[in-house]
Amino acid sequence: MADRRAFLGLAAALAACTKSTKAPSVVEQSMTPYGERAATETIARTVGESTASVGVGSSRTPLQDLHGVITPSSLHFERHHAGVPKIDPAKHTLLVHGLVDQAIEFSLDDLKRLPAATRVHFVECSGNGGGELRGTPGATAQASHGLLSCSEWTGVPLKHVLAQAGLKPEAKWVIAEGADACRMARSIPMAKCLDDALIVYAQNGEALRPGQGYPLRLLLPGFEGNANVKWLDRLHVTEAPAQSNQETAHYTDLLPDGKARQFTFHQDANSLITRPSGGQKVSGGAGFVEISGIAWSGNGKVKRVEVSTDGGKTWGDAVLEEPVLPKALTRFRIPWVWDGKDTVIQSRCTDETGYLQPTREEIVEARGVAYNYHYHGVKAWTVKADGSVTNV
Amino acid sequence: MFRIVLFLLAVTAAFGQTKFPGVGKAASAERVKAADKTVMADGRGLPVGKGSVEAGRGLYKTKCAECHNEAGEGRDKQWPALVGGTGTLTAKSPKKTVGSYWPYATTVFDTIARAMPYDQPGTLTADEVYSITAFVLHLNGIVPAGQELDQKTLPEVKMPNRDGFVPDVHPDVKAKR
Repeated sequence: MADRRAFLGLAAALAACTKSTKAPSVVEQSMTPYGERAATETIARTVGESTASVGVGSSRTPLQDLHGVITPSSLHFERHHAGVPKIDPAKHTLLVHGLVDQAIEFSLDDLKRLPAATRVHFVECSGNGGGELRGTPGATAQASHGLLSCSEWTGVPLKHVLAQAGLKPEAKWVIAEGADACRMARSIPMAKCLDDALIVYAQNGEALRPGQGYPLRLLLPGFEGNANVKWLDRLHVTEAPAQSNQETAHYTDLLPDGKARQFTFHQDANSLITRPSGGQKVSGGAGFVEISGIAWSGNGKVKRVEVSTDGGKTWGDAVLEEPVLPKALTRFRIPWVWDGKDTVIQSRCTDETGYLQPTREEIVEARGVAYNYHYHGVKAWTVKADGSVTNV
Repeated sequence: MFRIVLFLLAVTAAFGQTKFPGVGKAASAERVKAADKTVMADGRGLPVGKGSVEAGRGLYKTKCAECHNEAGEGRDKQWPALVGGTGTLTAKSPKKTVGSYWPYATTVFDTIARAMPYDQPGTLTADEVYSITAFVLHLNGIVPAGQELDQKTLPEVKMPNRDGFVPDVHPDVKAKR
């Protein structure tokens, strides 16, 4: 009987609760089907149209404001050559043809039936850091290196899709083409296609964002961003590259002797201190400051990151935060006791192949400055006595 | 494990020879032909058709000049120049254009066919693309005014910078510790 009274009391209390139309005064927002960040958080991409042609341009990730290694999908950098197309996923297909036993067309549902893989990888535009190379360095991490982001991607290994069509022995390249207005196309060597290439439909657990190729993109871990063809709808298996616009007129590295390097895909070992970095302020004067940043290599795992706080005279090993994943951003941290005086801080990365990140001078000596791609030089910041951080 | 292997073998036997039976559908030759716009550097994939420098002159004026300017010199540093730059590839500020940099004439055709005019890509006929390609090559002094181009003659056009490209040799920069 006592139980029954308690039950009735509880029921009445619950009924009163659900009937209330007033929210507690501390509630900022009610539950929503798709979440938003706090209204006071404002970090954002910088968006620039590189020409007056609508849709041509790039947006940059605010690397200096991010923690860990994953870039929120809303802040992933973008680079488009003819805008973001509107695509109906129910009608979108992937056609595989050319030097195959059987040309095959896959719907999105078909692709999701195949064995999937989820991996964390960075994507970096090969033009990232071009301003550093040309001697017009960025004042913030976003301005200098913001054409770089890192996501958890899910999709089908490309080798499964090619195996389903059946490769002929003379198949050496795959021309990947997107459904954007310019039908951007790149030729990819078969070795990469059969190694770790993915056809991805998901980014950070949900469908790709339109700016990242919704509903389907090619993901070539460690390769320059442009080769990771977005809005992918056709794979043409061939014995030679097409020599498309984007692999001849652009994304080729013109050397001082007038010859241009072609099919440079790998983004070599690189690193960047993001805190403290340009535009930030070390408040409170001399004392303990943790230096933190990101390191990455298109050739495998980051093995070591060294940091100098005295303009490159001495270097100390930073701690790499686990898990250290291949062709993914790796967060590094190193404690620093600042004496409160002007100084220069910088980082350098060594990847698992033993390759050491060079300085700008070493890159210029090897390649000149008449191109815009594959720059990966050491980036330094000046910390001034007043705590302000600027470009060197 | 053994049972899984047996199961897979049974499925393979039932559904045919593909690695993942039943996934995806065979694409007909017509379907592939409709989608396949690839133009290879040796000319494979070029469509039937032809065009002349003369026809290209008029088309260029209405389809291209608004952005690339009357003589292909580009506009306001925003829309790229299509001509000029010969001899500048070793200069401090090289000017990379169709004439000075692009290694294959087929790439000119392919770029126009798939991406131009910027606001109406894919609207030009094959004859129009051959004609505009011929005119742009003529602006660069690569083909004479009387030139006609088609599937056979376009790939035979030798671009000035045809031998200007070398393979990647990465990693190419050696850092000193």
